[in-house]
Amino acid sequence: MTITPITLADRISAGHAAESPLSTEEYFVNMGPQHPSTHGVLRLVVRLDGETVREVIPVCGYVHRGIEKMGEYLTYRQFGHLTDRMDYLSAITNNWVVAMAVEKAAGIETNDRIQTIRTICAELQRIQSHQLWWGVFGMDLGAFTAFLYGFRDREMVTDIFEETTGARLTMNYIQPGGLMYDIHPDFVKGVKKFLAYFKPKLVEYDTLFSGNVIVQARLRGIGCLSPEAAVSLGATGPVLRGSGLACDLRKNQPYGAYGKVQFDVPVGITGDCWDRYWVRMEEMRQSIRIIEQLIDGIPEGKHMTIKPTSKIKVPEGIYYEQAETARGILGVLIASDGGEKPYRIHMRSPNFNNLWCVTKAAPGHRIADLVAILSSVDIVVPDIDR
Amino acid sequence: MTNLVQAEALWQVKTLSDRTVEAIPDSPWLATGFFLLGIISVGALVAGLGLVLIYLERKIAAHFQCRLGPMRVGWHGLLQTVADTIKLLLKEDIIPERADKLMHLMAPFLSLLATVLVLVVIPYSPILQIADVNIGVLYVSAVGGFGILGILVAGWSSNNKWSLLGAMRAGAQIMSYEISATLALLTVVLFAGTLKLSGVVQSQADGWWIWRAHGIGLVAFMIFLIASVAEINRTPFDIAEGESELTGGFHTEYSGMRFAFFFLSEFVNMFVAAAITATLFLGGWMPFHIGGLHGFNAIMDIIPPVIWFLGKTGFLIFLIMWFRWTFPRLRVDQLMKLEWKILLPIGFVNLVVAAVAVLFDVYFFPRN
Repeated sequence: MTITPITLADRISAGHAAESPLSTEEYFVNMGPQHPSTHGVLRLVVRLDGETVREVIPVCGYVHRGIEKMGEYLTYRQFGHLTDRMDYLSAITNNWVVAMAVEKAAGIETNDRIQTIRTICAELQRIQSHQLWWGVFGMDLGAFTAFLYGFRDREMVTDIFEETTGARLTMNYIQPGGLMYDIHPDFVKGVKKFLAYFKPKLVEYDTLFSGNVIVQARLRGIGCLSPEAAVSLGATGPVLRGSGLACDLRKNQPYGAYGKVQFDVPVGITGDCWDRYWVRMEEMRQSIRIIEQLIDGIPEGKHMTIKPTSKIKVPEGIYYEQAETARGILGVLIASDGGEKPYRIHMRSPNFNNLWCVTKAAPGHRIADLVAILSSVDIVVPDIDR
Repeated sequence: MTNLVQAEALWQVKTLSDRTVEAIPDSPWLATGFFLLGIISVGALVAGLGLVLIYLERKIAAHFQCRLGPMRVGWHGLLQTVADTIKLLLKEDIIPERADKLMHLMAPFLSLLATVLVLVVIPYSPILQIADVNIGVLYVSAVGGFGILGILVAGWSSNNKWSLLGAMRAGAQIMSYEISATLALLTVVLFAGTLKLSGVVQSQADGWWIWRAHGIGLVAFMIFLIASVAEINRTPFDIAEGESELTGGFHTEYSGMRFAFFFLSEFVNMFVAAAITATLFLGGWMPFHIGGLHGFNAIMDIIPPVIWFLGKTGFLIFLIMWFRWTFPRLRVDQLMKLEWKILLPIGFVNLVVAAVAVLFDVYFFPRN
């Protein structure tokens, strides 16, 4: 059997006839790499019939930095810092996955304090990620005010992080064996202040945006992704949950302090943009719930169980560990030859799989819907390209 | 009848073009002076409106979004627009290599021309109007629709698919909403019994049409406001620009001064839409009057007509800005649905009801 490869150029120049009695012609448009709605340097080749999207072909690789290859020349502790630059809105969770994998493989013990702080930070991170997404989502639908509201509230979370870790975006906080620094003395106070501030703001989000009749008209029934399609494309996180599957690693395979806390996993019904939107809004409330349960009882203990200068050696073998970031399941696969550096390291990023959901969900809708769908999937491009 | 005669005597309209015509037999120089004054004042108005409205928009947007807006250039950023204008004028004017050059150069001016032509007939006050065309309402809707030409030409000549998409969207949108706007205009024409804009204002001496014509005026006002916002391409109807979808739509390929012209015409358009709405439904420069209550009306007359006009127009401009900074954008098919399935039928029914009301003379405070 011979396989004829179909290149991008072939698909673009195919020139399918449109389903219209008028003599019309399909055409293609490059959405990106510089486009306000692709959130970074992603390129979507869109085959259009007038305003209607017929096919979406994502083209990635514009911010490929070879993070996985670089990892082969770095120690495990050093590699953690690179992961911040993948999904920069989940920097702490990215660190955590690597730390978790290395700890499990090298048999490093951690204590309750470390796990509780990691969990709180990861949930704070999830909230700020969703805040940013909410703002950008509003902007993509044309509501610019939402963008600034989202950023205004995100500022408080980044301030808390800045106080403890010294950085606002790429925090390098979680390391194999513990945390880079202990929490700032004002951390607990700051988090409580933020929660008290943010709870009423979530209601404000709803009054400004969720309840708007235009938002409802723009989101309901748009970009439906069936559970089967979502699973077959490997979608995870809010995209999968929006399609109605309650798959959340925090619940299914609890890690950190998630086993000790009560929270719900919100799921959608139809898998349209509105469901994905609502799942994320609800996740912010659940994250607040998780933090509230943990923040008062951070156990005493050391913030680092191993010496920061000690060498971490992972025994020979292949190890896989995963965690739930704000966008879905982030996995890390380490192939070790027993040395200080991994022989091969691979990250399974949620954004790559989620992006491909657009190709399934967008055809048949309008260009404006494509923007809404892309935004409801919430991709971070540097995580796709790595 | 006495009431109306009184009102007309009180609000004697004298436009700049009337003065020019009057002056021609006596002194041609004075006539030329008036003529030049008309031209210069329109030019000054366009420039002034650009400066004021852009500053206002930025400040209002900022306060809606919990921020300060321009604060650095001048007191509270008052000179920010001037600085931006200078920047835009000095910037390189890029014409895409494969664009239709002549069309590309022409489009911004076509766009601005339509708005300037409407500015000429707006009655700012009894003595402040440049020309009072006897078919004013028709003129406004005809010339106002001319603005679409600039957008279409811009989108077509740019040789960019995003621009073309934006232009086509704008074409469909403006054409459709023109119908609803015209239907709402006709309602007022029926009530006022004249097409002359100053006549429409004078007919509201006993009360503005928005409340004097029972519910009909209110419905027509709503339709006209929605249609006007759609015609001037502002959120929630800014699909022609749609910066998150079409990267700027029809003006994607414009830079420097030509972009500034589109920008300027957008803002002047907003003023025109607000001014026309105020003139037709909120009495234009006519103070708040209630037919028959002479004492009350006399108190209202203390405030000069220009202030009334600016107040009403300013309120409507604020309303339009409020829309923009609160609502998301509609989708193109939803926009068409809103027009053809909702606004148009309501507009038609409203027009028929208005005709019946006028025929049987059943409005509030009927003309005595």
